Amino acid sequence: MRRNQPRSLWQSLVVRIPYAWLAALFVLPFLIVLKISLSQSAIARPPYTPVFDLAAGWHGIRAFFAALSFDNYVLIGSDPIYVLSYLKSVEIAAFSTLILLLVGYPIAYAIARTPRRWQAVLIVLTVLPFWTSLLIRIYAWMNILQRDGPLNQLLVALSIVKEPPVWLSTNTAIFIGVVYSYLPFMVLPLYATLEKLDESLLEAAADLGCPRWKIFWQVTLPLSSSGVIAGALLCFIPIVGEFVIPDLLGGSRSPMIGQTIWMEFFGNKDWPAAAAVAVVLVCLLVAPILVYQHRAMRAVERD
Amino acid sequence: MRKVSAVNLAAIAVGIAFLYLPIVILVIYSFNASRLVAVWGGWSTRWYGELMSDVPILDAAFISIRLALVSASAATILGTLAALALARFGRFRGRLLFAAMIYAPLVMPEVITGLSLLLLFVAVAADRGFWTVAIAHTTMAMCFVTVIVQSRLVGFDISLEEAAMDLGATPLATFFAVTLPLILPAVAAAWMLAFALSLDDLVIASFTTGPGATTLPIRIYSEVRLGVKPEMNAVCSIMVGVVGVAVIAASLLAKLSGGERAARAQP
Repeated sequence: MRRNQPRSLWQSLVVRIPYAWLAALFVLPFLIVLKISLSQSAIARPPYTPVFDLAAGWHGIRAFFAALSFDNYVLIGSDPIYVLSYLKSVEIAAFSTLILLLVGYPIAYAIARTPRRWQAVLIVLTVLPFWTSLLIRIYAWMNILQRDGPLNQLLVALSIVKEPPVWLSTNTAIFIGVVYSYLPFMVLPLYATLEKLDESLLEAAADLGCPRWKIFWQVTLPLSSSGVIAGALLCFIPIVGEFVIPDLLGGSRSPMIGQTIWMEFFGNKDWPAAAAVAVVLVCLLVAPILVYQHRAMRAVERD
Repeated sequence: MRKVSAVNLAAIAVGIAFLYLPIVILVIYSFNASRLVAVWGGWSTRWYGELMSDVPILDAAFISIRLALVSASAATILGTLAALALARFGRFRGRLLFAAMIYAPLVMPEVITGLSLLLLFVAVAADRGFWTVAIAHTTMAMCFVTVIVQSRLVGFDISLEEAAMDLGATPLATFFAVTLPLILPAVAAAWMLAFALSLDDLVIASFTTGPGATTLPIRIYSEVRLGVKPEMNAVCSIMVGVVGVAVIAASLLAKLSGGERAARAQP
Protein backbone atom coordinates (compact mmCIF):
# COMPACT_ATOMS: atom_id res chain seq x y z
CA MET A 1 0.00 0.00 0.00
CA ARG A 2 0.99 3.56 -0.58
CA ARG A 3 1.20 4.42 3.08
CA ASN A 4 4.30 2.26 3.38
CA GLN A 5 6.12 4.01 0.56
CA PRO A 6 8.55 6.77 1.42
CA ARG A 7 6.81 10.12 0.98
CA SER A 8 7.87 12.52 -1.68
CA LEU A 9 8.53 16.12 -0.77
CA TRP A 10 5.20 17.38 -2.02
CA GLN A 11 3.30 14.68 -0.16
CA SER A 12 4.85 15.68 3.12
CA LEU A 13 4.04 19.31 2.33
CA VAL A 14 0.38 18.36 1.85
CA VAL A 15 0.31 17.33 5.50
CA ARG A 16 2.68 19.87 6.93
CA ILE A 17 1.28 23.12 5.52
CA PRO A 18 -2.25 22.82 6.95
CA TYR A 19 -0.84 21.15 10.08
CA ALA A 20 1.49 24.07 10.73
CA TRP A 21 -1.25 26.59 9.96
CA LEU A 22 -3.67 25.06 12.47
CA ALA A 23 -0.99 24.56 15.09
CA ALA A 24 0.00 28.21 14.84
CA LEU A 25 -3.50 29.67 14.53
CA PHE A 26 -5.71 27.31 16.50
CA VAL A 27 -3.62 25.55 19.18
CA LEU A 28 -1.05 28.24 19.95
CA PRO A 29 -3.72 30.95 20.49
CA PHE A 30 -5.33 28.70 23.11
CA LEU A 31 -2.09 28.41 25.00
CA ILE A 32 -1.79 32.18 24.90
CA VAL A 33 -5.35 32.55 26.23
CA LEU A 34 -4.45 30.16 29.04
CA LYS A 35 -1.34 32.17 29.85
CA ILE A 36 -3.09 35.54 29.82
CA SER A 37 -5.88 34.17 32.02
CA LEU A 38 -3.17 33.79 34.69
CA SER A 39 -2.03 37.38 34.30
CA GLN A 40 -3.29 40.58 35.88
CA SER A 41 -5.01 43.42 34.15
CA ALA A 42 -2.82 46.51 33.82
CA ILE A 43 -2.98 49.94 32.29
CA ALA A 44 -0.40 49.33 29.61
CA ARG A 45 0.04 48.09 26.07
CA PRO A 46 -0.76 45.20 25.95
CA PRO A 47 -3.15 45.68 28.91
CA TYR A 48 -1.91 42.85 31.11
CA THR A 49 1.10 41.88 33.15
CA PRO A 50 3.46 40.00 33.22
CA VAL A 51 4.58 40.11 29.61
CA PHE A 52 6.77 37.25 28.47
CA ASP A 53 10.19 38.73 27.81
CA LEU A 54 12.83 36.39 26.45
CA ALA A 55 15.40 39.16 26.31
CA ALA A 56 15.60 39.15 30.13
CA GLY A 57 16.97 35.60 29.98
CA TRP A 58 16.50 32.89 32.65
CA HIS A 59 15.87 35.40 35.36
CA GLY A 60 13.10 36.97 33.31
CA ILE A 61 11.43 33.60 32.78
CA ARG A 62 11.50 32.85 36.54
CA ALA A 63 10.07 36.26 37.33
CA PHE A 64 7.38 35.64 34.71
CA PHE A 65 6.24 32.37 36.27
CA ALA A 66 6.37 33.83 39.77
CA ALA A 67 4.00 36.60 38.70
CA LEU A 68 1.30 34.26 37.33
CA SER A 69 -1.70 33.84 39.57
CA PHE A 70 -5.11 32.21 39.73
CA ASP A 71 -6.79 35.42 40.90
CA ASN A 72 -9.02 35.61 37.82
CA TYR A 73 -10.35 32.12 38.43
CA VAL A 74 -11.03 32.93 42.08
CA LEU A 75 -12.91 36.01 40.89
CA ILE A 76 -15.02 33.97 38.45
CA GLY A 77 -15.86 31.45 41.15
CA SER A 78 -16.82 34.04 43.73
CA ASP A 79 -18.68 36.65 41.67
CA PRO A 80 -22.30 35.63 41.04
CA ILE A 81 -22.34 37.59 37.76
CA TYR A 82 -20.08 35.00 36.13
CA VAL A 83 -21.70 31.98 37.74
CA LEU A 84 -25.19 33.15 36.75
CA SER A 85 -23.94 33.86 33.26
CA TYR A 86 -22.62 30.31 32.82
CA LEU A 87 -25.81 28.86 34.29
CA LYS A 88 -28.01 30.93 32.01
CA SER A 89 -25.99 29.93 28.93
CA VAL A 90 -26.16 26.21 29.67
CA GLU A 91 -29.85 26.46 30.57
CA ILE A 92 -30.75 28.34 27.38
CA ALA A 93 -28.65 25.99 25.25
CA ALA A 94 -30.18 22.88 26.85
CA PHE A 95 -33.79 24.09 26.54
CA SER A 96 -33.39 25.32 22.99
CA THR A 97 -31.72 22.06 21.95
CA LEU A 98 -34.77 20.26 23.33
CA ILE A 99 -37.14 22.60 21.46
CA LEU A 100 -35.05 22.18 18.30
CA LEU A 101 -35.37 18.40 18.59
CA LEU A 102 -39.14 18.64 19.01
CA VAL A 103 -39.47 21.04 16.07
CA GLY A 104 -36.77 19.55 13.85
CA TYR A 105 -37.71 15.88 14.16
CA PRO A 106 -41.14 16.10 12.51
CA ILE A 107 -39.70 18.21 9.68
CA ALA A 108 -36.76 15.85 9.06
CA TYR A 109 -39.06 12.84 9.32
CA ALA A 110 -41.55 14.35 6.86
CA ILE A 111 -38.81 15.23 4.35
CA ALA A 112 -37.39 11.71 4.55
CA ARG A 113 -40.85 10.30 3.74
CA THR A 114 -41.42 12.37 0.58
CA PRO A 115 -40.59 11.03 -2.92
CA ARG A 116 -36.85 11.02 -3.68
CA ARG A 117 -36.78 13.88 -6.13
CA TRP A 118 -38.55 16.20 -3.66
CA GLN A 119 -36.08 15.40 -0.92
CA ALA A 120 -33.12 17.14 -2.58
CA VAL A 121 -35.17 20.29 -3.19
CA LEU A 122 -36.56 20.34 0.36
CA ILE A 123 -33.10 19.92 1.88
CA VAL A 124 -31.74 22.79 -0.23
CA LEU A 125 -34.72 24.89 0.93
CA THR A 126 -33.97 24.02 4.56
CA VAL A 127 -30.29 24.89 4.30
CA LEU A 128 -30.67 28.01 2.16
CA PRO A 129 -31.42 30.44 5.05
CA PHE A 130 -28.17 29.32 6.72
CA TRP A 131 -26.32 30.92 3.79
CA THR A 132 -27.62 34.36 4.67
CA SER A 133 -25.88 36.05 7.54
CA LEU A 134 -26.91 35.16 11.09
CA LEU A 135 -26.80 38.87 11.85
CA ILE A 136 -29.36 39.55 9.11
CA ARG A 137 -31.66 36.75 10.21
CA ILE A 138 -31.59 37.98 13.80
CA TYR A 139 -32.12 41.53 12.61
CA ALA A 140 -35.19 40.29 10.71
CA TRP A 141 -36.56 39.06 14.05
CA MET A 142 -35.82 42.43 15.66
CA ASN A 143 -38.16 43.88 13.05
CA ILE A 144 -40.86 41.31 13.75
CA LEU A 145 -40.65 41.35 17.55
CA GLN A 146 -40.64 45.13 18.01
CA ARG A 147 -43.30 46.62 20.27
CA ASP A 148 -45.35 47.84 17.32
CA GLY A 149 -43.95 45.29 14.90
CA PRO A 150 -45.90 42.91 12.67
CA LEU A 151 -46.25 40.14 15.27
CA ASN A 152 -47.89 42.40 17.83
CA GLN A 153 -50.03 44.04 15.13
CA LEU A 154 -51.26 40.58 14.14
CA LEU A 155 -51.91 39.50 17.73
CA VAL A 156 -53.88 42.68 18.47
CA ALA A 157 -55.80 42.52 15.19
CA LEU A 158 -56.85 38.93 15.95
CA SER A 159 -57.77 40.04 19.51
CA ILE A 160 -55.52 37.38 20.98
CA VAL A 161 -54.03 40.00 23.28
CA LYS A 162 -55.36 43.40 24.36
CA GLU A 163 -52.03 45.01 25.21
CA PRO A 164 -49.13 44.30 22.86
CA PRO A 165 -46.66 42.18 24.86
CA VAL A 166 -42.96 43.03 25.10
CA TRP A 167 -40.85 40.47 23.23
CA LEU A 168 -37.43 42.06 22.86
CA SER A 169 -35.03 41.78 25.80
CA THR A 170 -36.73 38.61 27.04
CA ASN A 171 -35.58 35.01 27.15
CA THR A 172 -38.50 34.14 24.88
CA ALA A 173 -36.94 36.27 22.16
CA ILE A 174 -33.62 34.46 22.64
CA PHE A 175 -35.36 31.10 22.30
CA ILE A 176 -37.13 32.22 19.12
CA GLY A 177 -33.87 33.49 17.62
CA VAL A 178 -31.87 30.40 18.58
CA VAL A 179 -34.46 27.91 17.33
CA TYR A 180 -34.81 29.87 14.10
CA SER A 181 -31.06 30.10 13.48
CA TYR A 182 -30.10 26.55 14.38
CA LEU A 183 -33.02 24.66 12.80
CA PRO A 184 -31.01 23.64 9.69
CA PHE A 185 -28.25 22.23 11.93
CA MET A 186 -30.84 20.02 13.63
CA VAL A 187 -32.81 18.97 10.55
CA LEU A 188 -29.80 17.94 8.44
CA PRO A 189 -28.27 15.23 10.68
CA LEU A 190 -31.74 13.95 11.60
CA TYR A 191 -32.68 13.71 7.93
CA ALA A 192 -29.39 11.94 7.13
CA THR A 193 -30.22 9.06 9.51
CA LEU A 194 -33.98 8.97 8.88
CA GLU A 195 -33.41 8.82 5.12
CA LYS A 196 -31.35 5.63 5.51
CA LEU A 197 -33.99 4.00 7.70
CA ASP A 198 -35.07 0.66 6.28
CA GLU A 199 -38.81 0.92 5.75
CA SER A 200 -39.33 -2.83 5.72
CA LEU A 201 -38.61 -2.78 9.46
CA LEU A 202 -41.55 -0.42 9.97
CA GLU A 203 -43.75 -2.58 7.75
CA ALA A 204 -42.72 -5.68 9.67
CA ALA A 205 -43.66 -4.04 12.94
CA ALA A 206 -47.00 -2.90 11.48
CA ASP A 207 -47.72 -6.39 10.08
CA LEU A 208 -47.16 -7.85 13.53
CA GLY A 209 -49.88 -5.54 14.85
CA CYS A 210 -47.78 -2.89 16.49
CA PRO A 211 -49.67 0.40 16.89
CA ARG A 212 -48.13 3.38 15.09
CA TRP A 213 -47.00 5.31 18.14
CA LYS A 214 -45.29 2.21 19.43
CA ILE A 215 -43.54 1.65 16.09
CA PHE A 216 -42.19 5.17 16.33
CA TRP A 217 -41.10 4.72 19.94
CA GLN A 218 -39.57 1.27 19.57
CA VAL A 219 -38.24 1.24 16.00
CA THR A 220 -37.91 4.67 14.37
CA LEU A 221 -36.58 6.64 17.31
CA PRO A 222 -33.91 4.15 18.45
CA LEU A 223 -32.71 3.71 14.85
CA SER A 224 -32.35 7.46 14.43
CA SER A 225 -30.57 8.00 17.75
CA SER A 226 -27.23 8.78 16.07
CA GLY A 227 -28.90 11.64 14.19
CA VAL A 228 -30.50 12.88 17.41
CA ILE A 229 -27.12 12.93 19.18
CA ALA A 230 -25.32 14.56 16.24
CA GLY A 231 -27.98 17.27 15.87
CA ALA A 232 -28.10 17.93 19.61
CA LEU A 233 -24.31 18.36 19.86
CA LEU A 234 -24.12 20.46 16.69
CA CYS A 235 -26.66 22.85 18.25
CA PHE A 236 -25.86 22.72 21.97
CA ILE A 237 -22.12 23.50 21.78
CA PRO A 238 -22.23 26.72 19.74
CA ILE A 239 -25.45 27.94 21.42
CA VAL A 240 -23.71 27.97 24.84
CA GLY A 241 -21.21 30.50 23.48
CA GLU A 242 -23.64 32.41 21.27
CA PHE A 243 -23.19 36.17 21.19
CA VAL A 244 -25.22 37.81 18.40
CA ILE A 245 -28.60 36.29 19.29
CA PRO A 246 -28.69 37.13 23.03
CA ASP A 247 -27.11 40.52 22.39
CA LEU A 248 -29.65 41.70 19.82
CA LEU A 249 -32.77 39.89 21.07
CA GLY A 250 -32.11 39.32 24.77
CA GLY A 251 -30.64 42.59 25.94
CA SER A 252 -27.80 42.94 28.41
CA ARG A 253 -29.55 42.68 31.78
CA SER A 254 -28.66 39.05 32.39
CA PRO A 255 -26.00 38.25 29.81
CA MET A 256 -25.11 34.87 28.39
CA ILE A 257 -21.46 33.89 28.67
CA GLY A 258 -20.58 35.01 25.14
CA GLN A 259 -21.81 38.49 26.03
CA THR A 260 -19.85 38.42 29.28
CA ILE A 261 -16.60 37.67 27.43
CA TRP A 262 -17.43 40.42 24.92
CA MET A 263 -18.17 42.94 27.70
CA GLU A 264 -15.05 42.09 29.72
CA PHE A 265 -13.02 42.52 26.59
CA PHE A 266 -14.53 45.47 24.76
CA GLY A 267 -16.28 47.22 27.67
CA ASN A 268 -14.11 46.71 30.75
CA LYS A 269 -10.90 46.15 28.74
CA ASP A 270 -10.02 43.47 31.27
CA TRP A 271 -8.27 41.02 28.95
CA PRO A 272 -7.09 38.56 31.64
CA ALA A 273 -10.63 38.23 33.03
CA ALA A 274 -12.05 37.71 29.53
CA ALA A 275 -9.39 35.05 28.91
CA ALA A 276 -10.21 33.27 32.19
CA VAL A 277 -13.95 33.28 31.39
CA ALA A 278 -13.10 31.80 27.97
CA VAL A 279 -10.89 29.08 29.49
CA VAL A 280 -13.67 28.02 31.88
CA LEU A 281 -16.12 27.96 28.95
CA VAL A 282 -13.81 25.68 26.95
CA CYS A 283 -13.49 23.39 29.98
CA LEU A 284 -17.30 23.22 30.21
CA LEU A 285 -17.56 22.35 26.53
CA VAL A 286 -14.58 20.05 26.16
CA ALA A 287 -16.51 16.84 26.84
CA PRO A 288 -19.31 17.50 24.30
CA ILE A 289 -16.74 18.76 21.77
CA LEU A 290 -14.70 15.53 22.07
CA VAL A 291 -17.81 13.38 21.65
CA TYR A 292 -18.86 15.45 18.64
CA GLN A 293 -15.37 15.21 17.08
CA HIS A 294 -15.20 11.48 17.50
CA ARG A 295 -18.59 10.93 15.89
CA ALA A 296 -18.06 13.43 13.06
CA MET A 297 -14.73 11.89 12.15
CA ARG A 298 -16.19 8.40 12.08
CA ALA A 299 -19.17 9.57 10.00
CA VAL A 300 -17.02 11.15 7.28
CA GLU A 301 -14.68 8.19 7.06
CA ARG A 302 -17.40 5.56 6.97
CA ASP A 303 -19.07 7.02 3.84
CA MET B 1 -44.53 6.48 -5.78
CA ARG B 2 -44.82 7.16 -2.09
CA LYS B 3 -47.75 9.21 -0.94
CA VAL B 4 -47.09 12.12 1.36
CA SER B 5 -49.43 12.11 4.32
CA ALA B 6 -51.24 15.30 5.32
CA VAL B 7 -49.41 15.47 8.64
CA ASN B 8 -46.01 15.26 6.95
CA LEU B 9 -47.01 17.85 4.37
CA ALA B 10 -48.13 20.18 7.16
CA ALA B 11 -44.84 19.69 9.03
CA ILE B 12 -42.86 20.61 5.92
CA ALA B 13 -45.08 23.58 5.07
CA VAL B 14 -44.92 25.02 8.59
CA GLY B 15 -41.16 24.43 8.75
CA ILE B 16 -40.48 26.17 5.43
CA ALA B 17 -42.82 29.06 6.32
CA PHE B 18 -41.05 29.51 9.67
CA LEU B 19 -37.67 29.62 7.92
CA TYR B 20 -38.65 32.05 5.16
CA LEU B 21 -41.36 34.33 6.56
CA PRO B 22 -38.97 36.51 8.62
CA ILE B 23 -36.73 37.08 5.59
CA VAL B 24 -39.73 37.86 3.37
CA ILE B 25 -41.04 40.35 5.95
CA LEU B 26 -37.60 42.00 6.11
CA VAL B 27 -37.52 42.43 2.33
CA ILE B 28 -41.09 43.82 2.27
CA TYR B 29 -40.26 46.34 5.00
CA SER B 30 -37.19 47.48 3.08
CA PHE B 31 -39.63 48.87 0.49
CA ASN B 32 -41.71 50.70 3.10
CA ALA B 33 -41.76 54.42 2.34
CA SER B 34 -42.35 55.28 6.00
CA ARG B 35 -39.51 55.54 8.52
CA LEU B 36 -41.70 53.94 11.18
CA VAL B 37 -42.01 50.20 11.10
CA ALA B 38 -45.58 50.24 12.39
CA VAL B 39 -46.82 52.50 9.60
CA TRP B 40 -47.03 51.25 6.05
CA GLY B 41 -46.29 54.30 3.89
CA GLY B 42 -46.63 52.61 0.52
CA TRP B 43 -44.02 51.02 -1.72
CA SER B 44 -40.83 52.95 -2.28
CA THR B 45 -37.19 52.39 -3.14
CA ARG B 46 -36.20 55.42 -1.05
CA TRP B 47 -33.94 53.50 1.35
CA TYR B 48 -32.06 51.85 -1.49
CA GLY B 49 -31.47 55.31 -2.96
CA GLU B 50 -30.15 56.66 0.32
CA LEU B 51 -27.85 53.68 0.61
CA MET B 52 -26.09 54.61 -2.61
CA SER B 53 -24.86 57.82 -1.00
CA ASP B 54 -23.94 56.18 2.33
CA VAL B 55 -20.14 56.14 1.97
CA PRO B 56 -19.28 54.22 5.21
CA ILE B 57 -21.63 51.38 4.26
CA LEU B 58 -20.27 51.19 0.71
CA ASP B 59 -16.67 51.22 1.99
CA ALA B 60 -17.47 48.46 4.48
CA ALA B 61 -19.14 46.40 1.77
CA PHE B 62 -16.09 46.76 -0.46
CA ILE B 63 -13.76 45.67 2.36
CA SER B 64 -15.99 42.69 3.17
CA ILE B 65 -16.02 41.49 -0.44
CA ARG B 66 -12.23 41.76 -0.78
CA LEU B 67 -11.82 40.00 2.55
CA ALA B 68 -14.16 37.18 1.53
CA LEU B 69 -12.35 36.69 -1.80
CA VAL B 70 -8.93 36.49 -0.13
CA SER B 71 -9.89 34.30 2.81
CA ALA B 72 -12.15 31.95 0.81
CA SER B 73 -9.33 31.30 -1.68
CA ALA B 74 -6.71 30.72 1.01
CA ALA B 75 -9.11 28.55 3.02
CA THR B 76 -9.95 26.46 -0.05
CA ILE B 77 -6.27 25.73 -0.77
CA LEU B 78 -5.40 24.92 2.86
CA GLY B 79 -8.60 22.99 3.45
CA THR B 80 -8.16 20.89 0.32
CA LEU B 81 -4.59 20.02 1.35
CA ALA B 82 -5.85 18.98 4.79
CA ALA B 83 -8.61 16.90 3.20
CA LEU B 84 -6.08 15.11 0.99
CA ALA B 85 -3.92 14.42 4.02
CA LEU B 86 -6.84 12.98 6.01
CA ALA B 87 -8.40 10.99 3.17
CA ARG B 88 -5.35 9.64 1.33
CA PHE B 89 -2.36 9.37 3.63
CA GLY B 90 -3.53 6.58 5.90
CA ARG B 91 -2.61 6.73 9.54
CA PHE B 92 0.33 9.12 9.56
CA ARG B 93 1.92 10.25 12.79
CA GLY B 94 -0.05 12.98 14.52
CA ARG B 95 -3.18 12.23 12.49
CA LEU B 96 -5.44 12.22 15.53
CA LEU B 97 -4.30 15.66 16.64
CA PHE B 98 -4.61 16.86 13.06
CA ALA B 99 -8.19 15.61 12.79
CA ALA B 100 -8.98 17.13 16.18
CA MET B 101 -7.70 20.51 14.97
CA ILE B 102 -9.97 20.23 11.92
CA TYR B 103 -13.16 19.23 13.75
CA ALA B 104 -12.93 21.36 16.90
CA PRO B 105 -13.18 24.78 15.18
CA LEU B 106 -16.43 23.68 13.49
CA VAL B 107 -18.34 23.88 16.76
CA MET B 108 -16.07 26.18 18.76
CA PRO B 109 -18.02 29.26 19.93
CA GLU B 110 -16.91 32.23 17.84
CA VAL B 111 -16.14 34.43 20.86
CA ILE B 112 -13.43 31.98 21.87
CA THR B 113 -11.91 31.70 18.39
CA GLY B 114 -11.98 35.48 18.03
CA LEU B 115 -10.51 36.22 21.45
CA SER B 116 -7.73 33.64 21.12
CA LEU B 117 -6.69 34.83 17.65
CA LEU B 118 -6.64 38.43 18.81
CA LEU B 119 -4.41 37.56 21.77
CA LEU B 120 -2.09 35.75 19.36
CA PHE B 121 -1.89 38.80 17.10
CA VAL B 122 -1.16 41.00 20.11
CA ALA B 123 1.49 38.58 21.36
CA VAL B 124 3.38 38.68 18.06
CA ALA B 125 2.77 42.45 17.82
CA ALA B 126 1.03 42.21 14.44
CA ASP B 127 -0.66 45.37 13.17
CA ARG B 128 -4.35 44.63 13.29
CA GLY B 129 -6.40 45.33 10.19
CA PHE B 130 -7.42 43.71 6.92
CA TRP B 131 -4.79 40.97 6.99
CA THR B 132 -5.38 39.83 10.57
CA VAL B 133 -9.09 39.42 9.81
CA ALA B 134 -8.20 37.59 6.57
CA ILE B 135 -5.97 35.15 8.49
CA ALA B 136 -8.66 34.63 11.13
CA HIS B 137 -11.36 33.96 8.52
CA THR B 138 -9.06 31.61 6.62
CA THR B 139 -8.48 29.59 9.77
CA MET B 140 -12.19 29.38 10.60
CA ALA B 141 -13.31 28.54 7.04
CA MET B 142 -10.61 26.02 6.10
CA CYS B 143 -12.04 23.44 8.48
CA PHE B 144 -15.43 23.60 6.74
CA VAL B 145 -13.63 23.24 3.39
CA THR B 146 -11.78 20.17 4.68
CA VAL B 147 -14.94 18.40 5.78
CA ILE B 148 -16.71 19.02 2.46
CA VAL B 149 -13.74 18.01 0.27
CA GLN B 150 -12.84 15.06 2.48
CA SER B 151 -16.30 13.51 2.18
CA ARG B 152 -16.01 13.85 -1.60
CA LEU B 153 -12.54 12.24 -1.60
CA VAL B 154 -13.74 9.36 0.55
CA GLY B 155 -16.69 8.90 -1.80
CA PHE B 156 -14.85 8.39 -5.08
CA ASP B 157 -13.07 5.38 -6.50
CA ILE B 158 -9.44 5.41 -5.39
CA SER B 159 -8.48 2.94 -8.14
CA LEU B 160 -8.65 5.81 -10.66
CA GLU B 161 -5.75 7.50 -8.89
CA GLU B 162 -3.89 4.21 -8.53
CA ALA B 163 -4.29 3.53 -12.25
CA ALA B 164 -2.73 6.92 -13.09
CA MET B 165 0.16 6.25 -10.72
CA ASP B 166 0.68 2.74 -12.12
CA LEU B 167 0.90 4.26 -15.61
CA GLY B 168 3.76 6.40 -14.36
CA ALA B 169 2.09 9.70 -13.44
CA THR B 170 3.78 11.54 -10.60
CA PRO B 171 1.63 12.25 -7.51
CA LEU B 172 1.45 15.89 -8.54
CA ALA B 173 0.36 15.06 -12.09
CA THR B 174 -2.16 12.55 -10.75
CA PHE B 175 -3.65 15.20 -8.52
CA PHE B 176 -4.14 17.74 -11.32
CA ALA B 177 -5.17 15.25 -14.03
CA VAL B 178 -7.39 12.88 -12.03
CA THR B 179 -8.18 13.95 -8.49
CA LEU B 180 -8.84 17.66 -8.89
CA PRO B 181 -11.31 17.34 -11.81
CA LEU B 182 -13.25 14.74 -9.83
CA ILE B 183 -13.45 16.75 -6.61
CA LEU B 184 -13.93 20.10 -8.37
CA PRO B 185 -17.67 20.42 -7.60
CA ALA B 186 -16.94 19.88 -3.89
CA VAL B 187 -14.01 22.32 -4.00
CA ALA B 188 -16.20 24.94 -5.69
CA ALA B 189 -19.00 24.43 -3.15
CA ALA B 190 -16.46 24.68 -0.34
CA TRP B 191 -15.08 27.94 -1.76
CA MET B 192 -18.58 29.37 -1.84
CA LEU B 193 -19.27 28.32 1.73
CA ALA B 194 -15.97 29.87 2.84
CA PHE B 195 -16.88 33.07 0.99
CA ALA B 196 -20.30 33.21 2.67
CA LEU B 197 -18.83 32.47 6.12
CA SER B 198 -16.35 35.32 5.75
CA LEU B 199 -18.95 37.73 4.39
CA ASP B 200 -21.30 36.93 7.29
CA ASP B 201 -18.94 36.87 10.23
CA LEU B 202 -19.35 39.51 12.91
CA VAL B 203 -17.77 38.11 16.05
CA ILE B 204 -14.35 36.95 14.85
CA ALA B 205 -13.93 40.06 12.70
CA SER B 206 -14.81 42.33 15.64
CA PHE B 207 -12.04 40.83 17.74
CA THR B 208 -9.33 40.70 15.10
CA THR B 209 -9.95 43.89 13.14
CA GLY B 210 -8.11 47.17 13.48
CA PRO B 211 -8.40 50.73 12.26
CA GLY B 212 -9.50 51.09 8.64
CA ALA B 213 -10.87 47.56 8.35
CA THR B 214 -14.53 47.88 9.35
CA THR B 215 -16.39 45.04 7.65
CA LEU B 216 -20.02 45.21 6.56
CA PRO B 217 -21.34 43.05 9.44
CA ILE B 218 -19.46 45.20 11.99
CA ARG B 219 -20.98 48.31 10.39
CA ILE B 220 -24.48 46.80 10.32
CA TYR B 221 -24.14 45.60 13.91
CA SER B 222 -23.15 49.03 15.20
CA GLU B 223 -26.18 50.51 13.41
CA VAL B 224 -28.81 47.97 14.46
CA ARG B 225 -27.72 47.54 18.10
CA LEU B 226 -29.86 50.51 19.01
CA GLY B 227 -32.90 49.48 17.03
CA VAL B 228 -34.41 48.83 13.63
CA LYS B 229 -33.48 51.24 10.84
CA PRO B 230 -35.03 51.30 7.36
CA GLU B 231 -31.66 51.78 5.62
CA MET B 232 -30.44 48.60 7.31
CA ASN B 233 -33.51 46.75 6.00
CA ALA B 234 -32.35 47.72 2.53
CA VAL B 235 -28.72 46.63 3.09
CA CYS B 236 -29.82 43.31 4.53
CA SER B 237 -32.28 42.72 1.67
CA ILE B 238 -29.53 43.29 -0.89
CA MET B 239 -27.28 40.80 0.93
CA VAL B 240 -30.10 38.25 1.05
CA GLY B 241 -30.69 38.76 -2.67
CA VAL B 242 -27.03 38.36 -3.60
CA VAL B 243 -26.64 35.20 -1.51
CA GLY B 244 -29.92 33.76 -2.78
CA VAL B 245 -29.00 34.25 -6.44
CA ALA B 246 -25.48 32.89 -5.89
CA VAL B 247 -26.63 29.75 -4.08
CA ILE B 248 -29.38 28.98 -6.60
CA ALA B 249 -26.97 29.54 -9.50
CA ALA B 250 -24.39 27.31 -7.86
CA SER B 251 -26.82 24.46 -7.20
CA LEU B 252 -28.11 24.66 -10.79
CA LEU B 253 -24.51 24.57 -12.00
CA ALA B 254 -23.72 21.59 -9.81
CA LYS B 255 -26.84 19.85 -11.09
CA LEU B 256 -25.91 20.54 -14.73
CA SER B 257 -22.33 19.32 -14.37
CA GLY B 258 -23.52 16.38 -12.27
CA GLY B 259 -26.10 15.45 -14.89
CA GLU B 260 -23.52 15.74 -17.64
CA ARG B 261 -21.18 13.42 -15.78
CA ALA B 262 -23.94 10.92 -15.14
CA ALA B 263 -24.83 10.98 -18.83
CA ARG B 264 -21.22 10.37 -19.84
CA ALA B 265 -20.91 7.50 -17.38
CA GLN B 266 -23.76 5.66 -19.08
CA PRO B 267 -22.80 4.74 -22.64
